[in-house]
Amino acid sequence: MAQNYYQKEIETMPLEEMKKLQSEKLVKQVKHVYENVEYYRNLMDEKGVKPEDIKGIEDLHKLPFLTKADLRDAYPYGLLAKPLKDCVRIQSTSGTTGRRVVAFYTQNDIDLWEDCCARAIVAAGGTNEDVCQVAYGYGLFTGGAGLHGGSHKVGCLTLPMSSGNTERQIQFMQDLSATILCCTPSYAAYIGESLKEQGYGPDDIPLKAGIFGAEPWTEEMRKNIEETLGIKAYDIYGLTETSGPGVSFECSEQTGMHINEDHFIAEIINPDTGEVLPEGEKGELVFTALDKEAFPLLRYRTRDICVLSRKKCSCGRTLIKMAKPMGRTDDMLIIRGVNVFPSQIETVLLNEGYQPNYQIVVDRKNNTDTFEVNVEMSPEQFTDKVGDVLTMEKNLANAMKTMLGINPSVHLVAPKTIARSEGKAVRVVDKRKLI
Amino acid sequence: MAITQLTVFVSNQKGSLVSVTDILAKNNVNLRALSIAETEDFGILRLIVNDVDGAKKVLEENGYLIKAVDVVGVKIGDEPGKLTSALSVLDKSDINVEYLYAFMARTEKHAYVVLRVENNEETEKALTDSGFKIITQADIDKL
Repeated sequence: MAQNYYQKEIETMPLEEMKKLQSEKLVKQVKHVYENVEYYRNLMDEKGVKPEDIKGIEDLHKLPFLTKADLRDAYPYGLLAKPLKDCVRIQSTSGTTGRRVVAFYTQNDIDLWEDCCARAIVAAGGTNEDVCQVAYGYGLFTGGAGLHGGSHKVGCLTLPMSSGNTERQIQFMQDLSATILCCTPSYAAYIGESLKEQGYGPDDIPLKAGIFGAEPWTEEMRKNIEETLGIKAYDIYGLTETSGPGVSFECSEQTGMHINEDHFIAEIINPDTGEVLPEGEKGELVFTALDKEAFPLLRYRTRDICVLSRKKCSCGRTLIKMAKPMGRTDDMLIIRGVNVFPSQIETVLLNEGYQPNYQIVVDRKNNTDTFEVNVEMSPEQFTDKVGDVLTMEKNLANAMKTMLGINPSVHLVAPKTIARSEGKAVRVVDKRKLI
Repeated sequence: MAITQLTVFVSNQKGSLVSVTDILAKNNVNLRALSIAETEDFGILRLIVNDVDGAKKVLEENGYLIKAVDVVGVKIGDEPGKLTSALSVLDKSDINVEYLYAFMARTEKHAYVVLRVENNEETEKALTDSGFKIITQADIDKL
């Protein structure tokens, strides 16, 4: 398959050249941050590191980490590195894990961010002949803004749908022959289900590709979406702290996401000790933004557990690849002392022939964690015999026990009764009050 | 021959039953018989109604998980021992009953038993051969 690149020189740059480019940018960026961000200057001073100690990427490990807690402490302006008069935009997180993060952008920051998203769209086969339906939420959420800007840069006809109003999504998709869909994977699955309910098969819609991100999803879910929508589904990764989606993106090989290394240096660290781990080892993903002017985070700990790989990619890109994050350190639930990632539950459901529509409810009763998983049952699975439903529940519980090592209590429920937000899916309800 | 039972999945929560019957009432569906099998967190509601397609449609439109199942309906006399004699027929024919429920006719001196079995035809034949009258969906609609 012929490969297209949005910025070929960067995307296929030989490793040595890329390292040189990163080193030059890092030296400048550390100086910029040290001079303009008091909060980070204090962290560097505490660690005894001066900007002149950083001569290239080999010195990156000397810099202090930034964590989500730092972002909260420094809210809202503490990490701002440019005067507000130079900033043109903010974006913000949903604030589900505490105080929201507000990120600032100069016009140049927006441009580079949109370039990153454009690279993702082109890697998914997008050209200026495509019609790109952006069904990520618009507004503070980075999903809509990022892919919208990327789609413009590629020259696609952009449908700025935002999320929700599924009937209208489907109508525009058909009437305007959308060829690329950008949204969260759970919303893509939801659109797929709705199409199916209305009697449309994958051949009835002109979509060819989807760019899905902003929440964890599994390979099984990918297969599922690809079949229902008749598309190739590409993963995209990013976080508000690093600008938004487009930090990394998938290519035709679909074996990991190429990190835009000209703008971001990725490291994998041991989350307990902070020690940098060699390529191929699993640990916490850390990003250093090289070009961001307004909100330049250095060594930001993403809490995503991940693996990096420099293995040669058939798409021709030389950019390092990150595996799909195996979960976030803060998504991980510890139930009766066992680490449980929601993605594991999802894998079991898809393996057992269920849709990944579930909710985990954790509570504590009599000093013991209770662990319930509610799962939606499809009309085909429903029977009139109580025993059959109970057996299905028991089989699912057993499969989850095999995967997780602890036994959940599984409840089958009617379709569409689990609250399914059309933006991000709420998968976990943790009612434990820990003192 | 068989009659159609509508099976509805309901959560075992206050108000979930009344919302089903309310939808049916508003859509002019008349219940002939009803039985519930319940567990701690869900119930399976089994309904015999006069308008199967209409009832199924409105419940589906309201988001209920619903399944139509063919069951055997048999007419028996309204007097002691009649159910026993019908069940004995099945026992002798080695037919296993999954579940059953019964309802009374309004005017006639009869009761109707709804049987959920593995093989409807076999069951109907065994009962007919022993002189029982099998009822059809058309009979239900006329009740």
